[in-house]
Amino acid sequence: MEFNADHFSLFELPATFRLDAALLDRRYLEMQSRVHPDRFASAGEAERRLSLQWATRVNEAYQTLRKPLPRARYLLQLAAHELGSENNALMPHDFLVEQMEWREAVGEARVAREHHELEHLHHRLQRDMLERYDEIAILLDDQHDLEQAADRVRRLMFLEKLLSEIDDAIAVSEE
Amino acid sequence: MAYSIKVLDHYENPRNVGSFGKEEEGVATGMVGAPACGDVMKLQIKVGKGGVIEDAKFKTYGCGSAIASSSLVTEWVKGKTIDQALEIKNTQIADELALPPVKIHCSILAEDAIKAAVADYKKKHSDPVLA
Repeated sequence: MEFNADHFSLFELPATFRLDAALLDRRYLEMQSRVHPDRFASAGEAERRLSLQWATRVNEAYQTLRKPLPRARYLLQLAAHELGSENNALMPHDFLVEQMEWREAVGEARVAREHHELEHLHHRLQRDMLERYDEIAILLDDQHDLEQAADRVRRLMFLEKLLSEIDDAIAVSEE
Repeated sequence: MAYSIKVLDHYENPRNVGSFGKEEEGVATGMVGAPACGDVMKLQIKVGKGGVIEDAKFKTYGCGSAIASSSLVTEWVKGKTIDQALEIKNTQIADELALPPVKIHCSILAEDAIKAAVADYKKKHSDPVLA
């Protein structure tokens, strides 16, 4: 095991967006059990510290790869492609208008505690996001179009935030 | 996180929320979005004679600091010319609202919204003879 290897190499997986999630889980559990600090409880100070570093390293890699958005961002990072997430003027006008409309709809449904409407918005958004992640898979793995992939990733950063807001509103409407 | 009194004031009583009619004379719109935090901000200015901003409105979906930053700039740009409005810097917004370091990006978003609104105005009102 190479401490400074990239996250994919760490789990002996190909560096692609499409990922065998079951295999990732299995490799993660295997590695976690090998490096877990509990196994080194009676070992020397240096070994215990090393096992803790490894456990942290393995966890970080797993958290990055298991969810599609951080995985896509990580692939762009490996390819040294600037995402431009700090640039506020990058998003197309139409996309921002659409985001405003989504958030208005969520806000109204939240205030009125319209549980069904919120569920509906959740499902609609989730379908939309799944399609966009499929698109990212094609752009990253098949076409190697980093520019377009970065554009989709930036959009999904807004959509993931929106989805968590909808889910918060659903939780509140259930109280 | 604890918000400053000024942030809370703008958050609870936001100034100039809303939109102008699309057909209103001299209205320009700045739309910006921060991928890093998913916030969306719309700032509209209504520009009168001599390039003076007569009125401003905003709509922001984001955290309290983003709402306060945009509310504050609607107050600040009023009475200024569009070129004076461009001189408003995010550091002034952050100082006024006592934003903590992790919320500085909210003030940058508000500054970018002013720039976008002025750019939209200039695009719509550029003199074809001078351009």
